[in-house]
Amino acid sequence: MSIAWNAFTPATALIGGALIGAAAAAFVVFNGRIAGVSGILGGLLRPARGDIAWRAAFVAGLVAAPLAYGVFAALPAIRVDTDIAVLIVAGLLVGVGTRYGSGCTSGHGVCGISRLSPRSIVATLAFMAAGFATVFVTRHLL
Amino acid sequence: MYTAASFLVGLVFGLGLIVAGMANPEKVLGFLDLAGAWDPSLALVMAGAIAVGSGAYALMRQRARTLLGAPVRLPVERAIDRPLVLGSLVFGVGWGLAGICPGPALVLAGYGAIKGLVFLAAMLTGSAVFELLMQNRPHEEEGNRR
Repeated sequence: MSIAWNAFTPATALIGGALIGAAAAAFVVFNGRIAGVSGILGGLLRPARGDIAWRAAFVAGLVAAPLAYGVFAALPAIRVDTDIAVLIVAGLLVGVGTRYGSGCTSGHGVCGISRLSPRSIVATLAFMAAGFATVFVTRHLL
Repeated sequence: MYTAASFLVGLVFGLGLIVAGMANPEKVLGFLDLAGAWDPSLALVMAGAIAVGSGAYALMRQRARTLLGAPVRLPVERAIDRPLVLGSLVFGVGWGLAGICPGPALVLAGYGAIKGLVFLAAMLTGSAVFELLMQNRPHEEEGNRR
């Protein structure tokens, strides 16, 4: 392992992380809920009365974020080098896996660890390990 | 009121993802590439988020109602079972293939990135298929949705 110091962005990582934590904190303090993106989306696929508006609004906020950011500053560049076919497979795996595992990076990784939930700590270790292993295979073995 | 709060929370969450670099799949893959030139930034994203978020959960655990009067619905499930581990492993493989998880997928759609939209469509399809297969399962305990 070597650290890519030129790519390391500790200040923006901490500020961005703090914003994510503030959003999660506000959500539990005001709405009493976990800010887990896969669960909020999943609930829209299985709609129940009176349970749709807040979910749709949360999703709309996430989608609107680049537009809002763009009002004040140039959006940071993004790069997606992955082939379309691989992206489709990846999307399907993320869609199924996050529902079967009851959470993703936000619900388990941020909110769950913040609550010291043993379930979420196990889930986070599992998806991190699988992510590390997958990138090892695709970048160094294939 | 709750709907407006939800929108603002989603917006701040998304801005955080953009500032942190999590909306850029190449940066996420740089974090997951332990054997290559490793970019540790995303570990700090998580640390920053947990440092700010954890106090709020400690506070709300003591309360039945939120500041707006809504019931506090925190997950009640305790079991570390096969769905939790297997589902998380499957998610991790997909995350490692694309460098995109559900929050950034929505932000990338907002960027108007075609590849982001393709990923989002596939992800929603995966979740929808899961819902169809699991249609007969009992509704989860209230608050047990993440």
